[in-house]
Amino acid sequence: MPTPTLRFLSTLLAQGKASSVELCQDYLDRIRRLNPALNAFITVDPDRTLVEAVAADALRASGRGDVLTGVPIAHKDLFCTEGWLTTCGSRMLAGFVSPYDAHVIRQCKTMGMPSLGKTNMDEFAMGSSNETSHFGPVKNPWDHARVPGGSSGGSAACVAADMAPAATGSDTGGSIRQPAALCGITGLKPTYGMVSRYGMIAFASSLDQGGPMARTAEDCGLLLNVMAGFDERDSTSLQREKEDYTRDLDKPLAGLKIGLPREFFGEGLTGDIAKAVEEAITQYRRLGAETVEVGLPNSRLSVAAYYVLAPAEASSNLSRFDGVRYGYRTPDYTDLLDMYEKTRAEGFGEEVKRRILIGTYVLSHGYYDAYYIQAQKLRRLIASDFRAAFRDCDVILGPTTPGTAFRLGERIQDPVQMYLTDIYTIAVNLAGLPGMSLPCGFDGQGLPIGMQLIGDYFGEARILNVAHQYQRVTDWHQRRPEGL
Amino acid sequence: MSISLDDVKRIARLARIRVSDVQAAQTQDRLNTIFRLIEEMRGVDTTGVEPMAHAQDMAQRLRPDVVTEPDRREVYQTVAPQAENGLYLVPKVIE
Repeated sequence: MPTPTLRFLSTLLAQGKASSVELCQDYLDRIRRLNPALNAFITVDPDRTLVEAVAADALRASGRGDVLTGVPIAHKDLFCTEGWLTTCGSRMLAGFVSPYDAHVIRQCKTMGMPSLGKTNMDEFAMGSSNETSHFGPVKNPWDHARVPGGSSGGSAACVAADMAPAATGSDTGGSIRQPAALCGITGLKPTYGMVSRYGMIAFASSLDQGGPMARTAEDCGLLLNVMAGFDERDSTSLQREKEDYTRDLDKPLAGLKIGLPREFFGEGLTGDIAKAVEEAITQYRRLGAETVEVGLPNSRLSVAAYYVLAPAEASSNLSRFDGVRYGYRTPDYTDLLDMYEKTRAEGFGEEVKRRILIGTYVLSHGYYDAYYIQAQKLRRLIASDFRAAFRDCDVILGPTTPGTAFRLGERIQDPVQMYLTDIYTIAVNLAGLPGMSLPCGFDGQGLPIGMQLIGDYFGEARILNVAHQYQRVTDWHQRRPEGL
Repeated sequence: MSISLDDVKRIARLARIRVSDVQAAQTQDRLNTIFRLIEEMRGVDTTGVEPMAHAQDMAQRLRPDVVTEPDRREVYQTVAPQAENGLYLVPKVIE
């Protein structure tokens, strides 16, 4: 069977060669078989999935179906989904059945895309390995002793293992792109404000952005068409004309100017990744693109600035988890303060607590200017670097991560080493730009390598075009892990 | 710059997270390794740079002053740890 892309499944449905019910049953069977080892899903509810599939088949039969009607999808467990457990990977929400739908979920439901389940993730999206999940780590389908990346590790792993043709993810500092790279799939973080954050459980609100994770750039475009769009319930949602993100896929790349940031090709990049990205650049030259060196001198400060800004916003966002309106409450307490403190101590995991404490500290009296304001100023410098770079190029290309998938347990005791795995992705969130990761090779151990394409603001259609043209002449995105 | 054990206990109190003395000491070590990472940004000269709070320079939208939210109190309270007669229950705060 050809790669089960969204495009392929959509064609099967349109030609009447498969029904949504049949597709969903196939995927549910595969999940039943593979998920016990991979732990990519927190919740699977076959009855609910099949009810949605029946409705999708009826929608198509009525002639009111659209391109992705009937195509199933998995959702990261931070998108509130009415009637489904929505845990955000936390003990705090381990019993939370959402009473409403996130905007992204509503969009997928309106399209008639049945949900295959809710995918595992780092707790409150804080992590780069999926090891901070209350529900246990996800295993990388390419090597079960290794991490899938994070925080959208369950979404990446389920697509890589063909347990779903696509999944939603969210990206605050690299949480779509890094796991996409480590699992050998394609994922896109849109321009900040393109995808509504309504019902997407907040981590760092000025950085969080939902996006598609799939096998191909074309599929990411098709899914982004469903996910993106103005939503008045998100105060940062951008009011823009509806666009078709697949419109430029077939444009030739002749004359395209690809910027190569010298800071992304220096020390810290391991041999195999440097080689794979260099080969991708050669491929692009063959496709008619030119390359130009650009500078992002302040990007080296992005990790430091991020670990002030994101925890600061998180400490505020997560103050809502107090054991009163929803979520976990400690069983034994004497008074209100005791209840708050024990609830939060027991409900949150170590990494989440660490970030809340950092955030509380940098926002506290006497430290606000030195940390928080200074980090915001660096954010401006980092964003200005990109503005300057885009005067000389159309897209920016580099590695997605400094290394391939690392071993489970290897970095979890060393937060700083973990943070540095996002060194190439964080600056993109700080600037609010669109970025994507796509497969461009394998290392000596057979682990996937991802390259990152960064676009200018609202340049989604452009980077999808650049990625699609590469995928037309390469087959890295079609490789699958053996033995599944 | 490093943070003291007292700092850890103070911010934990502010964040409403209970920490034991043993946990506070472990937390102090971990936070200090993170602060060493953060420290590198403090030396950068940012004189005259405008802080950037947000990726898009946008103003808050205004909308007509009409009710848009339906009353879904009962549904929302089904997920509360303790609710009764439409009220969220918490330990007594006023004697």
